[in-house]
Amino acid sequence: MRFGVIRFPGSCDEIDALEACRRFGDAELLWHGDSELHGVDAVVVPGGFSYGDYLRVGAIARFSPVMEAVNEFALAGGPVLGICNGFQVLCEAGLLPGALLPNAGLRFVCRQVELEVVNAETPFTRACDGDDRLSIPVKHTTGCYYAPEEALDELEANGQVVLRYAEGHNPNGSLREIAGVCNRQKNVMGLMPHPEHAVDPLTGSADGGRLFESLAAHVRELAPAAA
Amino acid sequence: MTTAAPHRELGLTDAEYERIVELLEREPNRLELAVFSLMWSEHCGYKHSKKLLRTLPTDGPFELMGPGENAGVVDVGDDLALAFKVESHNHPSAVEPFQGAATGVGGILRDVFAVGARPIAVLDSLRFGELESPRSRYLFDGAVGGIGHYGNSIGVPTVGGEVYFEGPYEHNCLVNAMCLGIAPRERLIRSAAAGEGNRLVLLGARTGRDGIGGASVLASAELDEDGGDKRPSVQIGDPFEEKKLLECCLELLERGSLRSLQDLGAAGLSSSTSEMASKGEVGIDVDVARVPLREEGMEPFEIMISESQERMLCVVEPERLPEVMDVCERWEVRATDIGEVTAGRSLRVFDGEDLVGDMPVEALVDDCPLYDLEPEEPSEPVYPDPPARLQAGASHEEALLALLGSPNVASKRFVHEQYDSIVGSRTVRRPQAADAAVLTLGPDGGTGAIAVSIDGNGRRVGCDPYTGAAEAVLECARNLACVGADPLGLTNCLNFGNPEKPHIAWQLVRSVEGIREACLALGVPVVGGNVSLYNEGVEGPIYPTPIVGMVGGLPDPAVAPGCGFLEEGHAIALVGPFAPSLQGSELEKLRGSLSSGLPRVDLSLHADALIALRRAVREGTVASAHDVSEGGLACALAECCIAGGIGARVDLSAVSEDPEAALFGEGPGGVVVAGPRRAVESIEGAVVLGEAGGEALELATPAGSLGIEVVRAREVFERAIPDRLS
Repeated sequence: MRFGVIRFPGSCDEIDALEACRRFGDAELLWHGDSELHGVDAVVVPGGFSYGDYLRVGAIARFSPVMEAVNEFALAGGPVLGICNGFQVLCEAGLLPGALLPNAGLRFVCRQVELEVVNAETPFTRACDGDDRLSIPVKHTTGCYYAPEEALDELEANGQVVLRYAEGHNPNGSLREIAGVCNRQKNVMGLMPHPEHAVDPLTGSADGGRLFESLAAHVRELAPAAA
Repeated sequence: MTTAAPHRELGLTDAEYERIVELLEREPNRLELAVFSLMWSEHCGYKHSKKLLRTLPTDGPFELMGPGENAGVVDVGDDLALAFKVESHNHPSAVEPFQGAATGVGGILRDVFAVGARPIAVLDSLRFGELESPRSRYLFDGAVGGIGHYGNSIGVPTVGGEVYFEGPYEHNCLVNAMCLGIAPRERLIRSAAAGEGNRLVLLGARTGRDGIGGASVLASAELDEDGGDKRPSVQIGDPFEEKKLLECCLELLERGSLRSLQDLGAAGLSSSTSEMASKGEVGIDVDVARVPLREEGMEPFEIMISESQERMLCVVEPERLPEVMDVCERWEVRATDIGEVTAGRSLRVFDGEDLVGDMPVEALVDDCPLYDLEPEEPSEPVYPDPPARLQAGASHEEALLALLGSPNVASKRFVHEQYDSIVGSRTVRRPQAADAAVLTLGPDGGTGAIAVSIDGNGRRVGCDPYTGAAEAVLECARNLACVGADPLGLTNCLNFGNPEKPHIAWQLVRSVEGIREACLALGVPVVGGNVSLYNEGVEGPIYPTPIVGMVGGLPDPAVAPGCGFLEEGHAIALVGPFAPSLQGSELEKLRGSLSSGLPRVDLSLHADALIALRRAVREGTVASAHDVSEGGLACALAECCIAGGIGARVDLSAVSEDPEAALFGEGPGGVVVAGPRRAVESIEGAVVLGEAGGEALELATPAGSLGIEVVRAREVFERAIPDRLS
């Protein structure tokens, strides 16, 4: 089972994500200018400030050659996980519903938060239990999840809200405490917290590892031979 | 000569000008004069401080590179090298805090990757006026935002730092940034240019008029009231450009494509070319017509002195040039061949075919005049008393709450939550979780970890420059010992007023003596640093503020204690030679006075105590450790309670006969440790004072007892800074 982690100019967390993936499978970096995914089984779009994020966050990255390939991969059912800036990129690319707005406090915020697993049946959370709480850090300026009310109702009804900030832990004013969502087909997920920074108790928590573990199990189940 | 003589406008004295004429054996042209004026400025030439800096101990068993390189480097085992340096960006930040602080971070990052190390952590040390002042709030908010903007965007964690608010920094804030980087030993590279005929390649951003004379001219004169006029000379940072430059340079070094590498900081191409040539004992020819420009019509002298950010200069063998260009293209980093290394020992500047400047490298770098300071101990107090904030008859309880709510003591969460402290997956102890930041070297293939701390209480140095500066070194070492780390090396930034004034010269000389003696007692070398002089505003000089950054090594980060009490029933003890006094304390400040002199410190006693503490921590004897600093033992205990969410019952009778000194007295040496009683009692010199438990901090003294609920203490501690800003 092989993960591919995209590296844009301005990515910051791609090495952390790569190492997190390697705890659960093989992993390699995918270059932004490359329109090939080299046969990876799952794609991680990591955090950082792709292309400097000098325009609206994620707005430029979605036009990179590699994102065309990711788009095709996702439409064909391939699992794609977007973390922080990756979440923003996937929203800009139209692969995920909603948008990320500036934090309610208008400042960058870096803090450990508690998350509730709302849907433990997705390819990204299947290693969790429905009542699990995960301790994972956030760090962003533009992480306030927004979608129109009807869309939010629909997301909830479809089980597309995957993770919520636990009570008192919403760091950015996200509507309905939403920390992570997936598409209707449940093969594309984005979240603002950083699971790749929570894979070792030594550096704070290992709870984020469950997302990578889930993805690896999902891929292995789909294609046992590739595992 | 009239006062309008160009050399005076550029800050050179008549004698210095005459010396330049003598060295060139002719009058300099405009370009040459501009280059000399910058190379001979305080910022580049250290003309008032170099002699003093030579007195600092610079050799240590772990040192790999010392002062003179872009950053100091120490050996951290497993064939890994740790590069680190602290630098100031004070005057640019006082003029435009966001960009000033941001480019300060950008500059120190380049210093570290210029030696071949990947930056893995930033710390910052900040000083502003009191938060009642709108200007201080503006500077503080802007500087913190700028540091976060740059560090967060480039993917280097900001793992620690400190900030103080004191009247003398009102007009002249301090923004010092420290960076640490890690490299395989064989990837280290020096800046000395070498190899006649090798190409000089400029990497990174285009060169513009921004920052012309910025850092160097600004850093070498006092700030006047119309600082706004200088705004155009503050540089603008582009962390995205630097991120690409960083990754590109590290890849080039990984491939072994470069002969030498140097960052472009103050004085831009002038200082980078002349320093590379000086260290390599060669000459350099540079063609300014080939330098990619941001705007048309720039004069050759402007190109030579521009301080545009995000640029590096490297020396490449001609046959490796295509490979270098390929790597740069892949990273979308501009790379331009702008000149070559020569045997001539001159810095020759061409504008296409025309020779527009020709200066001996030695004259620029080695012949910069060095001045002797004329120190004189002031007979009158240099600083006014701070305004009184605590009424004379205040109870001990009121004093404790006032101290916890004083921005110097209070929680700095407002600051550190604006920084990414975790990127890189090395951060084992985050800001405010322990006395020093702890970073595992696991991602780098190392078996152990490093710890780092940055300290310097300027008000105490103002009370007594020698003792205050020595205390800053001790505090760093004590913070490292609290997490079990052994000091490996030190970097410092000496922030002072105008050294041409005898009382400032005295502060500087005495402070350097204090640092020197403390380093010798601890056996820690000074491997690099920076000097920032002329920090004066309309109301006088800043407090003398030597900032000390120290790095240490520890074998097992998993046992590094945090500062919070962990368990009910743990015994609480004081360890170390602690002799609390109200002199120079935060309480004294709140009462509106400022001491002259601090109690003498026996440095060897402190060095021995740190060894004992470190041993106990490494053996896993203590569950938490926190040093006693601003606000004394009462505040230290309150901080342990707040961090751990547990109360404590403590008797301070054994600490001092004077209840006030026992509660709020300060001084070096004291550490509060907690853990299982038998383990804590086994630590050499430990005095058990009480135990953790309950929901309140209860402190008994011979003058009576006081109690405060932990939730109340936390509220005051956490709200102090945010409330003053809103």
